[in-house]
Amino acid sequence: MLSATLLVAGLAVSLGGLLIWLDGPLRGTARDPSDAIVELLPRIQCGQCGYPGCRPYAQAMLAGEAEINRCPPGGAATVARLAEALGRDPRPLDTSRGSASWSRVARIDEATCIGCNLCARVCPVDAIVGACNWMHTVLADQCTGCELCIAPCPVDCIAMTPRLRPLSIAESAHA
Amino acid sequence: MRFATSAAPHVTPITSVPLVMRRVLYALLPAICAYIWYFGWGLVFNLLVTTSVALAAEAAVLRLRGRPVAPTLADGSALVTAVLLALALPPLLPWWVAALGSLVAIVLAKHLYGGLGLNLFNPAMVGYVVLLVSFPLEMTAWLPPRMGDIDYPNLSVLQTAWFTLSGQLPAGFTLDAVTRATPLDMVKEGLSAMETVSEISANPLFGDFAGRGWEWINGFLGLAGLYLLYRGVIQWHIPLSLLTAIIISATLLYFFDPGRFPSPGFHLFGGATMLGAFFIATDPVSAATTDKGRLIYGAGIGLLTILIRTWGGYPDGLAFAVVFMNACVPLIDRYTRPKPFGHE
Amino acid sequence: MRELTLERRLLGGLRLAAHKQHTTTRPIRRGFVPRELIIPLPDGPTATDTLVAVGEPVLRGQPLAATGEGIAISHASSSGQVVAIEPRPMPGPPGTTAPAVVIHTDGRDQAIPMTPLAGQSLSRDDMLQRLQDAGLVGLGGALFPTAEKLRSRSEQFTLILNGAECEPYISCDDMLMREQARDVLDGAALMCDFSGAGRCIVAIERDKPEAISAIAAALDEHEDDRFELAQVPTVYPAGGERQLIQLLAGIEVPSGRYPTDVNFLCQNVGTAVALAKLYARGEPLTSRIVTVTGKGVRTPQNIEAPIGTPIAELIGAAGGYSGNVARLIMGGSMMGIALDSDARPVTKATNCVVAAAPDEVYTPGTARPCIRCGDCARVCPARLLPQELIRSLTGDDLERVASLGLADCIECGCCDVVCPSHITLTERFRGGKHSLALWTAEQAAAARAEARVARREQRLDLAANREAEERRALLAPMQGGREARQRAVQAVIERARSPSAAPDGDET
Repeated sequence: MLSATLLVAGLAVSLGGLLIWLDGPLRGTARDPSDAIVELLPRIQCGQCGYPGCRPYAQAMLAGEAEINRCPPGGAATVARLAEALGRDPRPLDTSRGSASWSRVARIDEATCIGCNLCARVCPVDAIVGACNWMHTVLADQCTGCELCIAPCPVDCIAMTPRLRPLSIAESAHA
Repeated sequence: MRFATSAAPHVTPITSVPLVMRRVLYALLPAICAYIWYFGWGLVFNLLVTTSVALAAEAAVLRLRGRPVAPTLADGSALVTAVLLALALPPLLPWWVAALGSLVAIVLAKHLYGGLGLNLFNPAMVGYVVLLVSFPLEMTAWLPPRMGDIDYPNLSVLQTAWFTLSGQLPAGFTLDAVTRATPLDMVKEGLSAMETVSEISANPLFGDFAGRGWEWINGFLGLAGLYLLYRGVIQWHIPLSLLTAIIISATLLYFFDPGRFPSPGFHLFGGATMLGAFFIATDPVSAATTDKGRLIYGAGIGLLTILIRTWGGYPDGLAFAVVFMNACVPLIDRYTRPKPFGHE
Repeated sequence: MRELTLERRLLGGLRLAAHKQHTTTRPIRRGFVPRELIIPLPDGPTATDTLVAVGEPVLRGQPLAATGEGIAISHASSSGQVVAIEPRPMPGPPGTTAPAVVIHTDGRDQAIPMTPLAGQSLSRDDMLQRLQDAGLVGLGGALFPTAEKLRSRSEQFTLILNGAECEPYISCDDMLMREQARDVLDGAALMCDFSGAGRCIVAIERDKPEAISAIAAALDEHEDDRFELAQVPTVYPAGGERQLIQLLAGIEVPSGRYPTDVNFLCQNVGTAVALAKLYARGEPLTSRIVTVTGKGVRTPQNIEAPIGTPIAELIGAAGGYSGNVARLIMGGSMMGIALDSDARPVTKATNCVVAAAPDEVYTPGTARPCIRCGDCARVCPARLLPQELIRSLTGDDLERVASLGLADCIECGCCDVVCPSHITLTERFRGGKHSLALWTAEQAAAARAEARVARREQRLDLAANREAEERRALLAPMQGGREARQRAVQAVIERARSPSAAPDGDET
């Protein structure tokens, strides 16, 4: 009886110690849970999910307020990853709101642009430059291909074109 | 001129899964012969049952899963599982026990995890453990080895076949008269009956140092293991660390009290040690894959085997040790992952 | 002559059947001039100006094109007439094309007048410019401009002259060292002078005793105490740049960095000979040694081929095809590219052409599932875990793929050769590296976009706050009862009447 009690107690103590010891390396760094969800998204900031940016959408998903299939640029792969991360059932992608993609950039037809500045005001990443009444242009390196600038243009001079120059890798990305 | 293209490299692979499995089976042949020589024809029937059930189960599950049947059957992995299981089973066993073990190994341990390459646990050992836990009586009743000097009641081929089919002994035989405990079992029971190891090993069944017949079977399995090492079918890490762990822990115990703990030689050549070291623990699918991880994995199995043999409820602990260490493999692999070239 | 003892054993690697004995029994065939030359010009973003026109006669060594910075990059490799300047299929995956100058040779192989660099007093920059103009690139296969490699200078540098040539079938460097050991060392000495390297290790695989003795003899003659000879084990891929440095010095070049970061320079022996020729005779790089071999060619041998020689003519020079040729490989059997046609030309990267009989090549069939045997990890010279990589790639888990170090895969092909399940690992890794690079770039861009979103929101918040503040300031006087309101309205009216007033916050 005594030896059994001692054995069980010893096991409990040693296994508990093992768990505490493993807790450090296994846990990783504690951080905002929405960070992990945001990283699963393509982060184009297109708002095609109906939320004003990727982080609000991630927070809405975490709160259980949003479906996981509303990120058209992420495609089915992102839905699958979100389903796994959030423990929800995958569902078919909802593409009713658009089809933004990193592989495309907005391009302003300079001859048609009237310089109304409406596009620059909606660009979520400030990738459109131009002063009022002057021609505007898109910084292709910064453009995420979110398509948000297309609708406001009164003269329909913005089109999505294939991204010709590959995205550059910031120094911090390759470590 | 136009030519067909193909991606580099253009060199033919030096090995294949069927070849690996075939070499494992070849390597087992001498030990199978020794087993039959010492323990009779039971193994042949066990082999027939486990292999046919394993192949049938594999084919059926593959068909259910909508996978190609013939190429997977041809890889020989189900066959190896069945043969390893049969070698672990006692020679006198009703067919449905062996069949159940084979079925559990293939369906439960292998295909429910996703089939070859994805099973977390060694299928043969899962099958064996399930049988050991479910049928402790049948699974620990071994035949006495062929002795030469002492005549134990021996069953003929037909009598063995009859028992396999019906689970009943022919008239005039009783199970108690026909079967004997294994040396490991004898040690366990003898020690609990306050006998010393030297008293137990005085029994003629005990053989020279690790049980008559067992010494030879393990010897052949050890040689077969060296053949597999030479052929590059297995790597040295797991057998070496497993056997070293057994030798070290058994030696320590032996020096502590030779009366209560059997010699390292007994542990090394008794029970399933050699089968485990060279054929079970080296199953690539369920073992650790990094070199360092394999050393840890093998050492863990060796240590646990001695612990279970010495203090556990079952005479041989290798199967449990393997299954337990299988569960640790993802963790071991994670912590022993080497740094790629040029990384600090 | 000093001989170096190796610091380390190669990580992983394989001993492979060399298949080199057929091409090392004959001397290098020199002076071969094909009827047609297809000389590639750089494609893509490096804009080039063509210096010749269709119909013009050209001489060997004459520049055909220059980059925007006036650097000559392609030269006519024999004399003749330009018949076309157009995109032509190039070695590489089917469909690879590049602009090319097509020349019909006249067989006279006349050269333009050349002035040796030796004896000229040139500044270091001028010298490097001459190297660029002569089209000197690394002939080991990477085609890195030699001048760029020699641009940084340090006394700490060690030059490694790579004569390891570990890949099956290829023997061009071996034959070059046997026949032109002096030129190899002359070139290497020049490289040391340029780069300031105080030490030069000539690394040769042990299975090339003739090359080793030729180099050793030349070293004794040379009496240059910077040189050392190192015999490296015959293990593939010992000739890889990073592998060789690890083998010779026990140093791993950090991932994503260059050998110069750890004070090593690697140069191929062929490059050294090209530099020696440029220095002594002023000859630009217009030819290279190509091993023409395989059971599908009648007389396997090494040929000094003018750059641009169509592979069909090169095979012809080696006696033509014999029997059934299953695959035409440019390079060796481990990393070589299978060509879909022999109309493609020899480029500066073409070290070997294998016309392989059916029993010399392998065509992958259906792969079996991975059994996690780990043999791939044992032979991986980059210390990767291919079995884990393939699992993560199949699951499209690029984050894990990145953390497992796929970017460090050198695509040597060793894992394929030992895989019992016959999984085409290298091909998958090649594709995976591409997706990984794309993914890494997208992750970086996404992080940048997120930062920009945050900054924009901050700016908008700030603007909104300021607006609210201003509105509050404007409305403050209105708070003090009827009289105060009237005073405020009066003040606004007066301000509106005064000519200096400008409307605020309006946009036009």
